[in-house]
Amino acid sequence: MELFQNLAQGFAVALTLTNLLLAVSGCFLGTVIGSLPGLGPSNGVAILIPLAFTLGLDATEALVLMTSVYYGAMYGGRISSILLNIPGDEPALMTTLDGYPMARKGRPGDALVLSGVASFFGALLATIGLMLLAPILAGIAYLFGPPEYFALYLLAFCTLGGLASKNQAKSALAAAIGLGIAMIGLDNSTGLPRFTYGEIHLFDGIDFLVAIVGLFAVSEIFIFIESHGKKSAIGVTLRKVTIPIKDIIHCLPTMLRSTLVGFVAGVLPGAGASLGSFLAYMAEKSIARDKSKFGHGNPRGVAAPEAGNNAAAGGALVPMLTLGVPGSGTTAVLLALLLTLNITPGPLLFQDRPEVVWGLIAALLIANFVLLIMNVPLVRLFVSILSVPPNILLPGIMMVSFAGIYSLSGSGFDLILMILFGLLGYLCRKVGVPTVPIILGILLGNKMEDALRDAMVISNGEISYLFSSGISIGLWVAAIVGFVLPIFLRPFLKTPPRPAD
Amino acid sequence: MTSDRIFGLAVLAVALFYLYSATAIQLGFLSDPVGSRTFPYLIGAVAALCGIYICIKPDPDPNWPAWPIIAKLAAATAVMYVFARLLKPMGFILPAAVASALLSYLISPNVKVSIIAGICLSLGLYLIFRAALGLSLSPFGDLF
Repeated sequence: MELFQNLAQGFAVALTLTNLLLAVSGCFLGTVIGSLPGLGPSNGVAILIPLAFTLGLDATEALVLMTSVYYGAMYGGRISSILLNIPGDEPALMTTLDGYPMARKGRPGDALVLSGVASFFGALLATIGLMLLAPILAGIAYLFGPPEYFALYLLAFCTLGGLASKNQAKSALAAAIGLGIAMIGLDNSTGLPRFTYGEIHLFDGIDFLVAIVGLFAVSEIFIFIESHGKKSAIGVTLRKVTIPIKDIIHCLPTMLRSTLVGFVAGVLPGAGASLGSFLAYMAEKSIARDKSKFGHGNPRGVAAPEAGNNAAAGGALVPMLTLGVPGSGTTAVLLALLLTLNITPGPLLFQDRPEVVWGLIAALLIANFVLLIMNVPLVRLFVSILSVPPNILLPGIMMVSFAGIYSLSGSGFDLILMILFGLLGYLCRKVGVPTVPIILGILLGNKMEDALRDAMVISNGEISYLFSSGISIGLWVAAIVGFVLPIFLRPFLKTPPRPAD
Repeated sequence: MTSDRIFGLAVLAVALFYLYSATAIQLGFLSDPVGSRTFPYLIGAVAALCGIYICIKPDPDPNWPAWPIIAKLAAATAVMYVFARLLKPMGFILPAAVASALLSYLISPNVKVSIIAGICLSLGLYLIFRAALGLSLSPFGDLF
């Protein structure tokens, strides 16, 4: 069995003391980040990348650390959703629907434990799914040439904005902004500058970490200054934490169904965790006999989005590792980490660097058990973090962002660029332009252009070569459907209203 | 409605400027069939179309902040800008203390908490960055 051999190799990598320590501290940091109101997985991972990079970790270690943070933040996100009715990020939104009412009804401990167990189920099964599916997909990825990659990138841009944005023109614009920024710098094939306007600092292009930290973390500070005073949610105090065994057993089928739904949504390039938790919740609601209980603290409504959300987080790693196309905002940030570490995701990664892939998978399996312990018996520890006041938290985030970016490049120019990206991110969020496609555009812009140019060199300028294989035609069709379909589906895909405070 | 119209026009203007800049890209001697300009042209065209579409079919206006809050946002931007400029000559500790105190005050105007937050964040984070993470941050820059 090749799988077991690979897994054994992975555990040999993951069970070293350094990696175990990194996984545990990553889980801890991630849960802290997730439970801080207003800090979600993507901005949390974003501000930590420059720091992880300066630690001088090797590729596997950095990946183990950051994916543990990623998983941890997905687990921790539920805490502020349930107790404060403030989702840390978009996927956690669905957890507020039943989680907060359940907490208000005097069962905050049960809601936290149940959602923690659901997170564990979702994430563990999704990691196993990743283990089984990724090698198969990596095998298919061998068949991808430049035209297929071009179509695949297009598909990611078409679906990523999709359900998250209310306006397809704005999602397309976001992709164009990102791709346009990626063009800045020296042209890969001619070596001549483009869009640099004579500014030396721009010759290397714009560092995507600067853009990511600006768009995610700095813009969060502006949003917070604006919204402060309005979001004074009434918190629910947590007293005794017991394990609601009856609810957990009762919700097991829900967790399994939601994990499947979430995992599939996560694997689709571009769709991501938001879709996973949304579909899991809606599916559970639609098959329930008594729909009226949803939205009023139904345990199944707590378990479904959390299992779906965490399963999607694992699923989103599949396209990211095998094809280099992230399935969500946070995996886009993780892709930036891979590129910074000089690792090119794709089928060759599985062949040439198996220790990275399998070490990562083994570390994630271990991380899930660590997270289960942190999020069920030790959940009180993280609940106390909720009381960190924003007038200390936000300046702290700012300092970490600035110090991280500054220590990477030592350039004041990058810091100013980061502030500009922060303003751009604030503006985009106000007018409803999604920021994740911008990041994806900056990350994939040059690869997408290279794919197009390589394809045209091979075919001598014959455009029909882009549609010459079954895979590429399928991807083009999927891209067009993925872009057009949400326009018609939108009336049916309304998120139920948030519970009132 | 209005803000989306303005936004759409701004997008269109930037897209046209982008397209104009793309026409000035120098081409290499051995050019491939696609060349250095085609992809930027495509991007500019998509952005311009989106700008036009947003102008024609604007979304309802978001809740724009009132003037006092805009002033706060501008002040926060200024604090960050000055901090970015001073980080090199003055090192981390002093600018970080002042900048975090000011930002804390902007979020909630409580002088005592702001000053404590500034000092604690600056010293605490410096110790973490330096001792635990080994970042190359100068404590006082060229000051001492």
